[in-house]
Amino acid sequence: MKNIPISALIGLFFTGLYFLIALLAPLIAPYGMAEVVGDVWEPSSSEFLLGTDSIGRDLLTRLIYGGRTTIFIATMATILSFVTGSVLGFFAAVSGGWVDQALSRFVDLIMSIPSLIFALVVLSVMPTTMLTLIVLMGLLDSTRVYRLSRAVAVDITVMDYVEAARLRGEKVAWVIFREILPNALSPLVAEMGLRFIFMVLFISTLSFLGLGVQPPQADWGGIVKENKEGINYGIQAALYPAYAIATLCISINLVADWVLNRTTSLKGGRG
Amino acid sequence: MTADEPLLKVRGLKIGATIYPPGERPRDIEIVHGVDFDLAPGKVLGLIGESGAGKSTIGLAAMAYGRGGVELTGGEVWVNGRDMLQAGVRDVRNLRGGEVTYVSQSAAASFNPAKKIMDQVIEAAVLQKKFTKAEAESRAVELFAKLGLPDPENIGSRYPHQVSGGQLQRCMTALALCPEPDLVVFDEPTTALDVTTQIDVLAAIKDAIRDTGVAALYITHDLAVVAQVSDHIMVLRMGEMIEYGTVDQIINNPQEEYTQALVSVRSIKHVEKQPGDNPLLRVEHITARYRGTNFDVLKDVNVQLHPGQTLAIVGESGSGKSTLARVITGLLPPSAGEITFDGRTLTPDLAARPLDDLRELQMIYQMADTAMNPRQTVGTIIGRPLEFYFGLKGKAKQQRIQELLDEIELGEGFQDRYPAELSGGQKQRVCIARALAAKPKLIICDEVTSALDPLVADGILKLLLNLQKVEDVAYLFITHDLATVKAIADSIAVMFQGKVVRYGSKSEVLSPPFDDYTDLLLSSVPEMKLGWLEEVLAHRKMESAGN
Repeated sequence: MKNIPISALIGLFFTGLYFLIALLAPLIAPYGMAEVVGDVWEPSSSEFLLGTDSIGRDLLTRLIYGGRTTIFIATMATILSFVTGSVLGFFAAVSGGWVDQALSRFVDLIMSIPSLIFALVVLSVMPTTMLTLIVLMGLLDSTRVYRLSRAVAVDITVMDYVEAARLRGEKVAWVIFREILPNALSPLVAEMGLRFIFMVLFISTLSFLGLGVQPPQADWGGIVKENKEGINYGIQAALYPAYAIATLCISINLVADWVLNRTTSLKGGRG
Repeated sequence: MTADEPLLKVRGLKIGATIYPPGERPRDIEIVHGVDFDLAPGKVLGLIGESGAGKSTIGLAAMAYGRGGVELTGGEVWVNGRDMLQAGVRDVRNLRGGEVTYVSQSAAASFNPAKKIMDQVIEAAVLQKKFTKAEAESRAVELFAKLGLPDPENIGSRYPHQVSGGQLQRCMTALALCPEPDLVVFDEPTTALDVTTQIDVLAAIKDAIRDTGVAALYITHDLAVVAQVSDHIMVLRMGEMIEYGTVDQIINNPQEEYTQALVSVRSIKHVEKQPGDNPLLRVEHITARYRGTNFDVLKDVNVQLHPGQTLAIVGESGSGKSTLARVITGLLPPSAGEITFDGRTLTPDLAARPLDDLRELQMIYQMADTAMNPRQTVGTIIGRPLEFYFGLKGKAKQQRIQELLDEIELGEGFQDRYPAELSGGQKQRVCIARALAAKPKLIICDEVTSALDPLVADGILKLLLNLQKVEDVAYLFITHDLATVKAIADSIAVMFQGKVVRYGSKSEVLSPPFDDYTDLLLSSVPEMKLGWLEEVLAHRKMESAGN
């Protein structure tokens, strides 16, 4: 693990910090998540480091728990979108013919509907639970992953080593996971960082619109929503979660950049 | 410039580059270690060597240019009495495209597909203010005619994709000659062409050089080709000059051991075996076409291959020889005909074949680079068929992998390497080991030596012949190179436009009387003797197919 560039170290540090805080939220947070402990919008003090929110809950506590929710949902949705998107994308590329056509046109159909609108419509009829959110976001986003992985895999399936594997009589699963996946990994990993960030933004947007994580559960978009009136009175409360979202996005991007650099130069493999 | 001053004088030329090894810091290496030579006006110097010898780099250095991160680090390059490595940008700019021009290997990749040929041919001449546009165009037409291009008046108004590969290569020669340069650098101008096309382009280039009195650096890896056009030859190896002399001396009396090896390459003697009673592979009345086309790539092909023997399929690009391999392996089901393998009828489609049919029929590819997964180690690549077909695991598998590596003469320490860490010849050997691992009865070799340097290719052919003796495996050997065929085949099928035009044992096919196409093909293979080109052109019966 030597030769890590400084930018990646910074990215790794902050990403790690955020994930650690998310994991250990109940241990770190000074107060209970939904506990009203002070007055409305108190300024920061030794008691409340970042002050209190619109109904007197400790803002730092809310941010910590909010991060836990946001990061958990975004991570789960990213994993779901990558597993479905890339497996289907590779499968379409390997199969070709009508399988490829059917899957690709279906994905085009889904992509032609703006995903925020799609999500809003679905969430207006479905119960807004965490599971619904994860599945919905994951599946909507898997269309993008499908596109990318299919494009990458189509280039790889025409290589002689894939043909050699087919001539050997290998099953589709071997071709996908052992021949194609290792060679498609680096663009996918870079994309993963980016998609995770979009997930954070997506769940924050949904919560801001009131259709995401429901109160009293905290999440960063929701905290902005609860405190947005305060901006008129010069209260900073709504800006803290925004800072959190921004720093998390930047640090993950720094890490993804470095991973991309490393994997593309590995043993002369393809980019 | 005095009369005896050479046109091009190179002294102590050193060329370096920066490499980026995986997992290590980038470092500088030297790829040409101080080369000296002179070139008099109107003379042709052949630069010859294997890939990595630095021959193209030296050729480009004559234009004071280093391609793709290559740097001219030391020495002198004098052109017309000026040291171009010390010259200013303006001088160098006048040199390139004015005094020195360049013909690249792949004309198809070098022409801009969006511009007409004429505009590209006259570009340098007009830009260097050597000619006005009208003068340059009439000069280009003259050159087209001199180079034997059909319809020289109008061919310039076509786009690059509208002419054949051999014609495009001649257009590029016209492009290089158009500004009346003093020196042309030919960088493997015929390597990408079929033999029967190569001979025409070669003759055109030779005539053009003689008629215009231009000097030339002719870069190639094929000694037989360079012998036809050059006055002098310089043999290069790993950035150093091995030998320099007149063509006559290099070909007929080489002094250095390496040059002797180059001259005597392809001297493998192979006595053909007599066919037995039961053929291993029987291809009967095969006709095939690609999906979505209305053109038969293979037309009623019939061939047989006996156990432990080699059938060579010879033909130019587009003759259908690789398609035949795809049909036999099941990648392309034929529209008619039947293939019998070891007494069983092979299903036309790959998916329906039993595992044993797949195992006993292996394939080796032309490009070893793309035939191996870059993310798998050599151990995995060779080990997978062992595991897949024979269920070998752990120690037994390791041992067998090592046995196979020994068989292909690689030895210890290769199991954990990645393909990128092997040389071209080693990669092809690993591919052979992967095929052998399946204990096949038949291996289809699709142009397995054509991407390799002659000496390396020779080693591969010897290895294949040895393995045939030890493993008693049959080869279906697809190639365009007749020298290879002579070295390895027991029987030969000559293919032309999807049909087998001549088929029989090696001695039958290679002895007269010939049909027209076989005659053309056989006579087009460059021979390592002076004056061969003129001799052949005087005796030809048939125009080459690529024109």
